[in-house]
Amino acid sequence: MNYFTEVVLSGLTRGSIYALIALGYTMVYGIIELINFAHGEIYMIGAFTALILASVLTIFGFNTIAILFLASIIAIVYSAMYGYTMEKVAYKPIRNSQRLSALISAIGMSMFLQNYVRIAQTSDFLPFPRIIPRFPWLSALPISMSSAQFMIFASTAVVMVLLTFLIKFTKIGKSMRAASQDKVMAKLLGVNVNKVISVTFIIGSATAALGGILISSYTGQINFYIGFLAGIKAFVAAVLGGIGSIPGAVLGSFVLGLTESLGAGYISSDYEDVFAFIILAVILIVKPAGILGKGQIEKV
Amino acid sequence: MLKIDNINTFYGKIQALKNVSIEVSEGEIITLIGANGAGKSTTLMSISGIVPARTGKIYFEGQEISSLEPDQIVGLGISQVPEGRRIFPNLTVRENLDLGAFLRKDKAAIHKDLDMVFELFPILAQRRHQAGGTLSGGEQQMLAISRAIMGRPRLLLLDEPSLGLAPLIVQQIFEIITQINQENKTTIFLVEQNAYLALKIAHRGYVMETGTVTLTDTGANLMQNEEVKNAYLGV
Ligand SMILES: Nc1ncnc2c1ncn2[C@@H]1O[C@H](COP(=O)(O)OP(=O)(O)OP(=O)(O)O)[C@@H](O)[C@H]1O
Ligand SMILES: [Mg+2]
Repeated sequence: MNYFTEVVLSGLTRGSIYALIALGYTMVYGIIELINFAHGEIYMIGAFTALILASVLTIFGFNTIAILFLASIIAIVYSAMYGYTMEKVAYKPIRNSQRLSALISAIGMSMFLQNYVRIAQTSDFLPFPRIIPRFPWLSALPISMSSAQFMIFASTAVVMVLLTFLIKFTKIGKSMRAASQDKVMAKLLGVNVNKVISVTFIIGSATAALGGILISSYTGQINFYIGFLAGIKAFVAAVLGGIGSIPGAVLGSFVLGLTESLGAGYISSDYEDVFAFIILAVILIVKPAGILGKGQIEKV
Repeated sequence: MLKIDNINTFYGKIQALKNVSIEVSEGEIITLIGANGAGKSTTLMSISGIVPARTGKIYFEGQEISSLEPDQIVGLGISQVPEGRRIFPNLTVRENLDLGAFLRKDKAAIHKDLDMVFELFPILAQRRHQAGGTLSGGEQQMLAISRAIMGRPRLLLLDEPSLGLAPLIVQQIFEIITQINQENKTTIFLVEQNAYLALKIAHRGYVMETGTVTLTDTGANLMQNEEVKNAYLGV
């Protein structure tokens, strides 16, 4: 496989993970206009929970496939509960206050969760078990893709399809779109907007946790800090695509992922993390509403 | 059916409603008229639980609703067509109508009501796949009323349905309101600036000035009332 294909594949891998995180940012913003800066921590908590579960399940002698599914599903559900609780504790009580209060609360939540995990676990990098088994048939493909990469692409695609279906065709999806356009009117039709907000946090947290588990089994290590940088980058991706827009978040994530990989592969890997911020600066100057965004967005 | 008992409603420190009491009986059309800023919309928003009254109580069929959430109030059978119609611009006409039936589970009956609405306003059937935001003002008002009907309310609150519409459309809308009242047996609480039209179709009316109800009588009597004539009928 040539170098270019390899670089693109790695960009798509990053893009997929950013997309899984950016979905939560953009959905929450779409409904309550809050940048949930603690969202990256849910991704980190998802990975840590899966690590702990995988270790325990290994001790009990479960096989790889069982560990992969059990650890992932339980970690995703657990992280979704974290997201749900976070909204109830940190955002709901101040929903009618100034925007700045919610932002400060979000940053506080982020610092609290990071340090909580640091103290409860460790500040060192921990090895993450290879919970994704080897798929022998992957070697039959013309491009060489690791099984972790394959799982990342497949899971991201499935999540996108399910989410599109949910938002377009289900009752909860329609109420989410209604609440994001006009909360008062949604209430006047009998929509329980508090419930819609909770569901949004639950879905966003679940996909972020999935991203955390997948990327950790790809890179093979985690620490309490991984949510911070990934969270910021996914936020950049969401802004790049147009915050509040779901297709925008996905598009922005792949643009960012590819830019980072191409930049690192052809310019210099020392500046890998800088590209995200260069892109953010450029987009804020050229098109503040993002690629697929509409109208003005308020600066936060 | 509905009893508003001495409510006071505030926006922060600003008092919008002062000791307002209004009663509506089953099957009636009642209207609330008053100048800009009198507190008409606030009255409807207090009933729907969007801007709850700070003191006083509201009862619907004997049950206190003033401490309920908006979605619970809708569930009891009170729908509102708010001022400015508030169509979801990015949802299709059909999706807007589906949301009107959000709390209902009787699929077959929902389908029948959809047919009824499309019969009432054929233009909506033609536009069903179009985004709500692309409709004209009159079409949006038709959609707003239809969306509320889709909830099969027993009490329908309408806030200035004639606002910004051509006389012919206004005429049509008012005919439909009367029809909904007579055929579906829906009780109507109509807020209007167009006092003449409102009093003509209403059984009873209330006049509101700066947050207080100052006058109440039958629609016919109010139309003959000198004060009402001078202030609201422009004769
Ligand atoms: N969201 C709000 N915040 C603060 N004050 C408000 C708000 N909404 C209404 N008011 C004030 O409450 C009073 C009553 O307003 P309301 O909208 O109920 O009047 P209205 O009778 O419906 O008027 P119009 O005929 O113009 O629609 C007004 O003085 C208005 O300025
Ligand atoms: Mg009004």
